[in-house]
Amino acid sequence: MFSIEEVKKSFLVSIWFMFLTFPIMVIRVNTIYKIVEWRWERMFYIGIGTFVISFIWRYLMRRKEMGVKKKEVGEDALPLAQRLLQNRRVSYPAIALVAVLALIYPFVFSLYQANIMITALIYVVIALGLNIVVGLAGLLDLGYVAFYAVGAYAYALLNYHFGLSFWVVLPIGAAIGALFGIILGFPVLRLRGDYLAIVTLGFGEIIRLILENWNEFSFGPSGIANIPRPSFFGIDLSLAETTRFVYFIMIGLTIFTIFVVNRLENSRIGRAWIALREDEVACQAMGIDKTKTKLTAFALGATWAGMGGVVFAAQTTFINPASFTIWESVIILCCVVLGGMGSIIGVILGALVIKLLPEYLREFSQYRMLLFGAILVIMMVFRPGGIITSVRRTYQFKGKSNRHA
Amino acid sequence: MEYFLELFLGGLTRGSIYALIALGYTMVYGIIELINFAHGEIYMIGAFTALIVSGVLTLLGWNALAIIVIASIVAVIYSAAYGYTIEKIAYKPLRNAPRLSALISAIGMSLFLQNYVLLAQTSDFLPFPELIPEFGFLEPYSNFIRSSELVIFAVTAAVMLGLTFLIKFTRIGKAMRATAQDKMMASLVGIDVNRVISVTFIVGSATAAIGGVLIASHIGQLNYYIGFIAGIKAFVAAVLGGIGSIPGAVLGSLVLGWTESFFTGYVSSDYEDVFAFLFLVLILIFRPAGILGRSETEKV
Repeated sequence: MFSIEEVKKSFLVSIWFMFLTFPIMVIRVNTIYKIVEWRWERMFYIGIGTFVISFIWRYLMRRKEMGVKKKEVGEDALPLAQRLLQNRRVSYPAIALVAVLALIYPFVFSLYQANIMITALIYVVIALGLNIVVGLAGLLDLGYVAFYAVGAYAYALLNYHFGLSFWVVLPIGAAIGALFGIILGFPVLRLRGDYLAIVTLGFGEIIRLILENWNEFSFGPSGIANIPRPSFFGIDLSLAETTRFVYFIMIGLTIFTIFVVNRLENSRIGRAWIALREDEVACQAMGIDKTKTKLTAFALGATWAGMGGVVFAAQTTFINPASFTIWESVIILCCVVLGGMGSIIGVILGALVIKLLPEYLREFSQYRMLLFGAILVIMMVFRPGGIITSVRRTYQFKGKSNRHA
Repeated sequence: MEYFLELFLGGLTRGSIYALIALGYTMVYGIIELINFAHGEIYMIGAFTALIVSGVLTLLGWNALAIIVIASIVAVIYSAAYGYTIEKIAYKPLRNAPRLSALISAIGMSLFLQNYVLLAQTSDFLPFPELIPEFGFLEPYSNFIRSSELVIFAVTAAVMLGLTFLIKFTRIGKAMRATAQDKMMASLVGIDVNRVISVTFIVGSATAAIGGVLIASHIGQLNYYIGFIAGIKAFVAAVLGGIGSIPGAVLGSLVLGWTESFFTGYVSSDYEDVFAFLFLVLILIFRPAGILGRSETEKV
């Protein structure tokens, strides 16, 4: 692996990147004070960094190629994570452990931690929703955050104007989310992958810009404050109790989401989505109604975002359009991609990692978005299936010859 | 009437700006059928490089003309290098993967580059020096047209003609057209498809850099985020004109520039971007092939 050839290659790569990043990394011109800052040490870091990375890159590339070859030969073993998940002796205690941890979490850790966990769980729910659209149906939706915004504003505005409570708005928010999903779904039905991505991106930006500019309706960029937290059968709760209460609402909602999404995946419509993702023409030839299938994917995906939005508004008690930019959509997409498109457990894990890690690595928080971008590229190049690749249900023929072999 | 003329020229400038970015988009899309989300970022990096180079040279006391020329050349070289590298890292390994993967990778690249510039430089708006001097002969018309606008029109026209020439009459252009039609067949007749794709990225990125330098010096400021919206709008323009077609990209950009300019002038400036996106949705629904594009029937 460390032959002269390889070292030479890596050396050239590092020289190339030192050249490439030279003006932007090294020079900084201060036009006001007319000083040029030269930061040569950065060039050194880039050189060393890319040298190492190019080794790793080529190693991973070779592994990937070997993996492809293996698949061609037919030695396609289930990945370790999947085998563990399918083994009941491992998975049942694991589920029990997670359940106990989830129950005691807000009592053991501080309120701050509980709030972080709530945010992470909201992301789990909406990432699972996006997983329906992107992972199962294969429709890249870059405006997904619009539905989240719709849910959040639905609660904030309905509460402001009509005094509706959290529990009333939660289903309404979900319904409005679904409605918007269908509204978006109709025009984009005929579009293929990349056009779809751009149009959904445009749709997301349209919603955000309307919220920002239509002051009479949405109070513009200043947002809406003092949104009430959820009430517990009319009893007044302290801040700590409310946070715990919201936490348990989120736990409940997450379990509900996992249950529904899991059932959906294995249902008739779920299989139709997967068929649509794999091959649209073949799917239609099998008699699947493309229009209906796509619309349900959009509507059901948006439902979860709508609900997540309602909880988000109730948790933070303040919303403004700045929380719903396109990059928020990309972060949610990152959760799905990192975890594994189409794999429920993977998406949950992805959302938790994406949301929790930056909270605990505060020092590196400025590199967060840089890292998310890199994750998207690296995952697509080396492991398009994500951390936990979803495994299609297959019917294996286990004949006699197989047993002897 | 004067107001109309002002809006008309404003729209023309806007359209030319979109066109310089849209040309690269449309070339790349024509060949690998991928929306290169990072294209807007390359444009931004081009502008940043020019800013840095011109800043350094100004402090060294070089004369204005040398600064313009050197800053532009360096910006073009660097943007082309970035385009080339991005293709090698983020798109080449995904050439046979599902299109969704390449698209996600492109978005990741765009996010990465934005934050790379944000972290390495600054998040503030930086003033960009006015590289293009005021021309004396334009003095009497200075109400309507600035010299930077004139330069933008001229350069856009020149770039468009140059690219058309490149694609229609040169060897590599022929190879590009062949690759765009059918990659497999192209490689069977001895075209090095990887090289053609690299060249396309380099040419497209260089065009974007020219746009970056001209626009930043016209507007007078830039930050790390200028590439994204410009990129999306240029894409709208490219789709409007018919993606994959060079004159289409310019025509689409001009149409988008004018409609935006008149819309903001006569209706409302708050919803400028909303309008651009609505425009895109409407085109894609009613005429997905664009103005000059051929609608292709999908063969199975």
